[in-house]
Amino acid sequence: MRIQLIKPLLIILFCSTPLQATEITRGVMLSNSCAACHGTDGKSPGAIPSIYRKSPEFISQALLDFREGRRPATVMGRHASGYSDEEIQMIADYFSSLP
Amino acid sequence: MINTGRRKFIKLIGSSSALIAASGLLSTCSKSPDKARVVIVGGGFGGSTCAKYLQRFDSNLDITLVEASARYITCPFSNTVISGMQQMDSITHDYSAHKNRGIKVIHAMAQDVDPAGKKVILDNGDVLAYDRLVLAPGIDFKWEDVEGMNKDDAETIPHAWKGGAQTILLRKQLTSMPNGGVVIIAAPENPFRCPPGPYERISLIAHYLRQHKPKSKILVLDAKDSFSKQALFKQAWGKLYPGMIEWIGGSNGGRVDEIDVVSRTLYTESGDTHKGDVVNFIPPQKSGDLAHRAGLTNADGWCFVNQRTFESQTHEGIYVIGDACIAGKMPKSGFAANSQGKVCAAAIVTSLSGTDLPDPSYVNTCYSLVSPDYGISVAAVYRFNQEDGIYKSGGGVSPLDADASYRAQEARYARGWYDSITQDSFG
Repeated sequence: MRIQLIKPLLIILFCSTPLQATEITRGVMLSNSCAACHGTDGKSPGAIPSIYRKSPEFISQALLDFREGRRPATVMGRHASGYSDEEIQMIADYFSSLP
Repeated sequence: MINTGRRKFIKLIGSSSALIAASGLLSTCSKSPDKARVVIVGGGFGGSTCAKYLQRFDSNLDITLVEASARYITCPFSNTVISGMQQMDSITHDYSAHKNRGIKVIHAMAQDVDPAGKKVILDNGDVLAYDRLVLAPGIDFKWEDVEGMNKDDAETIPHAWKGGAQTILLRKQLTSMPNGGVVIIAAPENPFRCPPGPYERISLIAHYLRQHKPKSKILVLDAKDSFSKQALFKQAWGKLYPGMIEWIGGSNGGRVDEIDVVSRTLYTESGDTHKGDVVNFIPPQKSGDLAHRAGLTNADGWCFVNQRTFESQTHEGIYVIGDACIAGKMPKSGFAANSQGKVCAAAIVTSLSGTDLPDPSYVNTCYSLVSPDYGISVAAVYRFNQEDGIYKSGGGVSPLDADASYRAQEARYARGWYDSITQDSFG
């Protein structure tokens, strides 16, 4: 009975709210750039390493080390040069928190 | 018993008539008549990526992708097919993943756009109404600027600058030419699709010739005085293919004035005559035809857009992405188109929902193979501001002093790059 009563209201809420699967944040905008090489959601199908659900510490440290030239790289040192500390953290948070 | 919170909650609904009205919304909702309709024309890297990310951002959208071909053959890595390293099926993709995720895919040609009526007219007679339209028409060639050659002559002198039959034709001509023959590659003036592409092609054709026809030469007639990753390419040519490649820049006689198709002869602005056994003339370029018919192009044949959203500066509600648009400092590449497709998808979803588009970030990474185990790359991150449009905020090219293991690693990553970007765009 309770479920029957509440159902129409849930439908109203459901219909009036955009069914946006992803909230489009700065972190989303930054991280989607990575997917072209690292695969959609960071799941790489080939030779480029996957970054899907790696820990935020791992991703942020790797990007900082690439940017500062502390970690050997091909393109990643060049890419990391384009991101601030704050942006690197957003990227790390995005890939680590994917479902 | 209904607790107090629930009681208030239900009070909001009020009477049973409100419940009936709400129930009515159930059927309304399930039919989804108010789904925003987004039509994307062009199923290359830009259009396919945009369709996929629109769906990921908002699964409630009504998304239609219009693409003439059932299969898409990529320009990236087509040079590996031309040189015999890979087969056509390795660069051929379809739209099954898009169909499986609920995107409607129509294989037809978009003939015209009605910006006022918000409609796209297809050659199969269908008319698609849209709330937002994305055009990703790629490039067409400025045959009108080429003296002595027209579109049909590409059957004799292939451009191979769109993946498909032209790729196979150039491959066949190379395998048929004599050992000791001359391959002429004519590269266009900027801007054009894939700035490092002609030079990767030169490299991989040299790789093929060195193995199979080592007495042959490659003559490059370039409309430009410099080109993408020039120092890296020239260094690699000297190491891998010494004496095989001669590059002539625009000011030194590289600009082609006229072509005699039958004799495969090129006449340059400087008055020189060059005859090839195989001629690969890459014509000057402009936006794909549909952008012109939709009235979106400037005098040079490209589309002005708001570089933060990719919405046309000519028609509201129409977005142009990929090679066809002017995107500030970004090159015309499949990778750039992929990046723009995502930004455009976010711009459309936020505009439909009335929310703010966060500051976009764009990226480009282009690998070039100089031989199967020698890769070089250019990488860049881009941002937007009102003064400059899209500007470069970081990046660079492979170092000149790298060792063989670095080049081999970049060759390996070039293949990984292809696997990833095609999966991200079409998979």
